[in-house]
Amino acid sequence: MRAPAAFLALAFLPGPCQAAELVQYQIENGEIRASLTGQPGNPVRGRAIVAERQKGLCLLCHTGSFPEERFQGDLAPTLAGVGARMSEGQLRLRMVDGTKVNGQTIMPPYYRIDGLARVAPAFRGKTLLNAPEIEDVVAYLRTLRDDDAGQSK
Amino acid sequence: MWNELRSAGVIAALALCAGARAEDARRSGFDDMGPGTQAMQREDSSNPGMLSALEGESLWSAPAGPAQTSCASCHGEASASMKGVAARYPAFDTASQRPLDLAGRISQCRDQRQQAGPLPRESRELVALTTYVGLQSRGQPIAPPEDARLTPFRDAGKALYSQRMGQLNFSCAQCHDENAGGHLGAALIPQAHPTGYPLYRLEWQATGSLQRRLRNCMIGTRAEPFTYGGLEYIELELFLMQRAAGMAIETPAVRP
Ligand code: HEC
Ligand code: HEC
Repeated sequence: MRAPAAFLALAFLPGPCQAAELVQYQIENGEIRASLTGQPGNPVRGRAIVAERQKGLCLLCHTGSFPEERFQGDLAPTLAGVGARMSEGQLRLRMVDGTKVNGQTIMPPYYRIDGLARVAPAFRGKTLLNAPEIEDVVAYLRTLRDDDAGQSK
Repeated sequence: MWNELRSAGVIAALALCAGARAEDARRSGFDDMGPGTQAMQREDSSNPGMLSALEGESLWSAPAGPAQTSCASCHGEASASMKGVAARYPAFDTASQRPLDLAGRISQCRDQRQQAGPLPRESRELVALTTYVGLQSRGQPIAPPEDARLTPFRDAGKALYSQRMGQLNFSCAQCHDENAGGHLGAALIPQAHPTGYPLYRLEWQATGSLQRRLRNCMIGTRAEPFTYGGLEYIELELFLMQRAAGMAIETPAVRP
């Protein structure tokens, strides 16, 4: 009920619409092949985003090789070895909008602003991560090739 | 797998709830706490929520309003008249044609019967009175009334419970049914039974209502919380109380 009303209101707002600022992407065979920025991401920055609780939030649910981070969650598969399990395009789609892979997933859509209900004003019209940050995280996840290294579980 | 296994467990548990009590897999948040916090709740002398109950006890017999009446003027001893009341709220209010939670009823009495004005949601006084009234049902099984007028509101609560919301796009059910028992960072996800409210939360350093708890969960998902006292919270409470039917009231509980 509420969501459509909110979207109508958005459509009537003057000025540039946030949606227009989202990079367009194409999903093919469960992958987003092209970088959202046209550039490869920076894996070092990506690691920092994943490790940072307020930013990436990843470790609320995932474990991974982060000996310095205590209290990792256990709601999701470990990130260790994920770069060997999935292609770059699969990782990118999973980050952009995991519900495209699994409609029931609890993993938040990191690069989507539509179809969300009751988003708090401070976050409305904003993606969790921006396009360069998505690419940084994808680049970092690609480096996680070894299944056993530093697993905390 | 982690998810599937857990939800399979919950579904099995729900199926069992229908029949044998012995197989009841419902757990209060109390069952998941460490022994120190459990002891704090069990011992009235160490339970900080009891301070709020004590304050409620003195408010119960404090005269207010133009006629200088108190709750006790109409209801007498709370230990007799208020026994079991918290276990059957929210209840349908014929005057306003909507369900009222316990705090809403107390505030309504204060406003219309004592004529002392409504008590603001989450005010110390309202939390204290609600805690004191809730304490009179401690140990009693939650017993939602069989009142058909409540059904549409309870159904609406159930729908809210399964609706994804906020920037993080979570529903209550995803955490509290599908992932209960798991860890969100350091926090153990409880099954979200409303057995202990109002309760003392160590993180708040205060006694607070169920609505305050739900507000915290909504802020956690980066959703815009409902307004305090709003119908949505009461609908959610109706659903949660039904889901916890038969479990014992713990008011005032202690939670981390
Ligand atoms: C609230 C929980 C949650 C958060 C936060 C979260 N994820 Fe996930 N993620 C999951 C779950 C659950 C899965 C399992 C697949 C599914 O549910 O569809 C998953 C799957 C994945 C996968 C695929 C793994 C595989 O082996 O299939 C990757 C990669 C991933 N997440 C990366 C991330 C990164 C990077 C972040 C943070 C920027 C993050 N996730 C944040 C819950 C979460
Ligand atoms: C992303 C996970 C998540 C979501 C979504 C969520 N909660 Fe919670 N909830 C928690 C956690 C974790 C706790 C335990 C308290 C803590 O440590 O913060 C909790 C505690 C609770 C409690 C207190 C239980 C007790 O024993 O006192 C209730 C009730 C509750 N939640 C209801 C809800 C409802 C209703 C919704 C939806 C409006 C919701 N939650 C959404 C994670 C969540």
